[in-house]
Amino acid sequence: MANHSSAGSHASHVQHHFVSSEQQFDTAKFGMWVFLATEILMFGGLFAAYIIYRAWYPELFTLASEELNTLWGGVNTLVLIGSSLTVAMAIKSAQLNQKKNIVINLGITVALACVFMVIKYFEYTHKFHLGIFPGEFYTFEGIDHPKANIFFSLYYLMTGLHGIHVTIGIVIISWLMVRAYKGHFDSEYYTPVEITGLYWHLVDIIWIFLFPLFYLID
Amino acid sequence: MEAIRDFFLPPAKTALASEVDALFWFVHITSLVLIIGILIALAYFVYKYRRKSENDVTPVITHNNKLEVTWSVIPLIITLVVFGWGFQTYVSLTTPPDDAYEVQVTAQKWFWLFQYENGAQSRNELHVPAGRPVKLVMSSRDVIHSFFVPDYRIKQDVVPDRYTETWFRVDEPGESIVFCTEYCGTDHSNMMANVIVHEQEEFETWLAGNSGGGEKPSDLAPAEWGEQLAKEWACTTCHSPDGSELTGPTWLGKFGSQEQLADGSSVTVDENYIRESILEPNAKVVEGYAPVMNTYQGQLNDDQIDAIIEYIKTLK
Amino acid sequence: MATAEASSNLSKVRVQRHKPEENPKEHYLNAESGLWSWLTTVDHKRIGLMYLMALTFFFLVGGLLALAIRIELWAPAADFITADTYNQLFTLHGAIMIFLFLVPSVPAVLGNFILPIQLGAKDVAFPRLNLASFYIYVAGALFTLFAIINGGVDTGWTFYTPYSSSIGGGVTAMTLGVFVIGFSSILTGLNFIVTIHKMRAPGITWGKLPLFCWGLYATSIIQILATPVLAITVLLLAMERIMGIGIFDPALGGDPILYQHFFWFYSHPAVYIMIVPGFGIVSEIVSTFSKKTVFGYWAIALSSLAIAFIGFLVWGHHMFVSGQASLASMVFSFLTFLVGIPTGIKMFNWLATLYKGSIKLDTPLLYVFGFFFLFTVGGVTGIALASIALDVHLHDTYYVVAHFHFVMVGGMVMAFLAGLHYWWPKMFGVMYNQTLAKIACFLIFIGFNVTFLPQFVMGSQGMPRRYFSYIDQFQPFHQISTVGSFILGIGFMLVIYYMLTSLLKKKSVGPNPWGSRALEWQIPSPAPHHNFDYTPVIVHGPYDYHKPMADFQLGLVQSTNGHGPAHGAEISADATQIETDK
Repeated sequence: MANHSSAGSHASHVQHHFVSSEQQFDTAKFGMWVFLATEILMFGGLFAAYIIYRAWYPELFTLASEELNTLWGGVNTLVLIGSSLTVAMAIKSAQLNQKKNIVINLGITVALACVFMVIKYFEYTHKFHLGIFPGEFYTFEGIDHPKANIFFSLYYLMTGLHGIHVTIGIVIISWLMVRAYKGHFDSEYYTPVEITGLYWHLVDIIWIFLFPLFYLID
Repeated sequence: MEAIRDFFLPPAKTALASEVDALFWFVHITSLVLIIGILIALAYFVYKYRRKSENDVTPVITHNNKLEVTWSVIPLIITLVVFGWGFQTYVSLTTPPDDAYEVQVTAQKWFWLFQYENGAQSRNELHVPAGRPVKLVMSSRDVIHSFFVPDYRIKQDVVPDRYTETWFRVDEPGESIVFCTEYCGTDHSNMMANVIVHEQEEFETWLAGNSGGGEKPSDLAPAEWGEQLAKEWACTTCHSPDGSELTGPTWLGKFGSQEQLADGSSVTVDENYIRESILEPNAKVVEGYAPVMNTYQGQLNDDQIDAIIEYIKTLK
Repeated sequence: MATAEASSNLSKVRVQRHKPEENPKEHYLNAESGLWSWLTTVDHKRIGLMYLMALTFFFLVGGLLALAIRIELWAPAADFITADTYNQLFTLHGAIMIFLFLVPSVPAVLGNFILPIQLGAKDVAFPRLNLASFYIYVAGALFTLFAIINGGVDTGWTFYTPYSSSIGGGVTAMTLGVFVIGFSSILTGLNFIVTIHKMRAPGITWGKLPLFCWGLYATSIIQILATPVLAITVLLLAMERIMGIGIFDPALGGDPILYQHFFWFYSHPAVYIMIVPGFGIVSEIVSTFSKKTVFGYWAIALSSLAIAFIGFLVWGHHMFVSGQASLASMVFSFLTFLVGIPTGIKMFNWLATLYKGSIKLDTPLLYVFGFFFLFTVGGVTGIALASIALDVHLHDTYYVVAHFHFVMVGGMVMAFLAGLHYWWPKMFGVMYNQTLAKIACFLIFIGFNVTFLPQFVMGSQGMPRRYFSYIDQFQPFHQISTVGSFILGIGFMLVIYYMLTSLLKKKSVGPNPWGSRALEWQIPSPAPHHNFDYTPVIVHGPYDYHKPMADFQLGLVQSTNGHGPAHGAEISADATQIETDK
């Protein structure tokens, strides 16, 4: 995995406190893994709230889930899986020193992420239109359960936090695109692409959990 | 010995309190022995092995399995004893006997309301019979409170929208203080009550005399009864009758006056305004005061509200 | 200078002794100058000092709040401040001391400064992230201060629902402040973990890692795993206030006890964030001032990790009287006792290290002895509180207040001061007035005990915490406690006085005033700009006092960028035999 530069040589991208490019790469990657652990714990708090409320009110979750559009949720799942693939291809392109392909693959990733957000936008506005707001602003009367508002609080919080992560991902990957376009990345140095890829996979995986937990309840 | 006991712990008025105390002493005396041991070892080492020259050579002692196992296992055993003992006592503390006499407890900012089987009510005074287990079924009307009687070594959080329980059995008549021990706002530290333990007969008399709750005692004028109610219902915790500034506006000279409200309008303090303020406290809040009062809807009946209004009228 | 060459069929590495300069002209303090060079520095040492300044400020603010609280409690009635002001004061005191002082204290100040040097690294793994975490901390602190002017917060630092979700004031701003500070804490922890894994100099195996690094490693694990949960908890609380999501608020169908579970899932491990790095400092100091190998190195190192992991499973012991199931209480109580064992083991190990040592009672060691007593008292009273039946009586009384002050102030602040006194010469190249320092240590110790021992008695008698007024029987105890708090305050002021005046001294104390074998003492004081001008090579453990000092000052002869090709080398005990596994 690591890009092997000869030990001891100090390429321009290596910061002063690292011995070698390899050490810098390993360090950055390890740092990202540790960061992802904190991300999982952060979403874990919300998943814990979800599990507890689902255990208390299983019938609520079945009822309220019907208000969510499985088709568009499913499309979004495919979109994100696709973007995970393209980000992996961007890394592969970097390893193969195909500088142009890095830009193209990152571009497709950003485009797919935007598609995801647009679909999400339509899902949200449709619900707002019905009066399905989080918490105390909830006015929808189509679900016969006193705690329906809590289901949608969880839904908005979890998909919202995920959406924020997607947005951050769009910003970072766009920035990487610019850098890739300027030729900053090659098989010797592509650490930012690699670790952003890791981040993006996590964002994808979280959605793969969110989708069945909210949309696919029978 | 007794002086030491009284110095550290309040009187133990229930049998279970004495059991808790036994554990208390076991843990603390064991701890004291441990601490003294550590201090003696420390003092001895510091003196005996003080640095004699800068070239002192020290032995290389990296570990000693026997010693390490010893000082791991012995504390483990002691703590397991404390654990088992503590849990066992806890189970007794939280398991009321089936024949317990039940009292409903409602906590509210910032007083305790006790309701008995025959409709009797008391505020900040819990009347119970001696020699009989008493079970408290508790709930809160606003935030979390906690019911703590040091003399009985019992404590239980009182939570909105759910019921929690605690129990005790006191054999001797007497009084004990109740504290609220979950922080609940401005007057948290004044949210105290008394448990009054009566002989069985005396308790029956008290209970009968208060059945039904809110009727005016025949020997009191309405304003006198109102004064009594204002104390019992802890109105005076926030509203002083003498003009001093508390959480809410004073009642002195209020009746008939004009009050500036928080929303900019003003209102004349008359019967209707006082009644509304008791039932819907946050509808018209006087400027400069926080909207923190709870409703007394369903707690004070019309006669009681009238009596309190009569009382406020007398405060000029 | 002796140079030597390793000869084997593996590749060869030449090492030589690098004796530290006595009076360095150039060091990290003067390598660059001007305010801007400080504000934009990525040097871990300078960032550590900036944290030190910020933390000292907040410690003073928190301390003044504590004194105001103690003055009010001199008498039962309201005579100094109103109940609402009092409630805001104890909330702020708790929040500032915990989130702005205790949690960052050792990692952000001493860890930042010392950890990379102890690892033989030129900096932490992510220097810019390190600076960012400082500014995130400052931003979070500003949010918190904003909460004070924006209506104040009177919920207690625990922000229990539904009180916190139902009252006015600056609760939302304060929780967002805590949310932001949490990220600072996460980033510091992340940086340390990666640094310890990836930035160790040749020869520093896990078995030769200084115990301070082990302490910080365990702490960092807790920081990265627990803090995100706090972040999400306070975010949920803020959402509860902003748009009534109803997860915690019973008025909207939520469950207030759930909040407590979430909150303590972070906040109990946070206790270990505060204390475990202190264990590391104590281990370093005990070894240095008894000139002796640490007894039970692995027991101390691994018990920190054990505490970190078991510490995640004990949060429910804060909730024995909340109405949680008896079975849950039983499990939490049991696990809490288990966490006490590794803590006790450490104490015995330190004592055993002193046995047959060459003990010199310098100021850092005096603070450590203060730590021994106070932390042990804090620990055994923790055992009392872990026992459910006792906790029912003692919960939310002054007994608990005294207990956690013994652990946090008696344990952590004493350890922090011990570390600060120990590493001060490395930070600034000067020695403070040791006589004044010993007097201050004594004042703090006495003041602390006078303040908090009476609180154990009050608590056992039933005095509840967070009480603005109290019944008359407690007054003598409160008055003794107030007197003690002023002695304590004078002690802290004295520390600040002699620490600051020491900076005016011109005379350097030399690189290694304590005669330690640890790596940070083998470079000049103050430390050089990039820590090492060579690649250090480690052949012995940091506590091997039976080996000559020269063996601890080895480094590569040839180096590239201050480092050499020997990264990750296998190094034998003989200083001259260096083999690299290429």
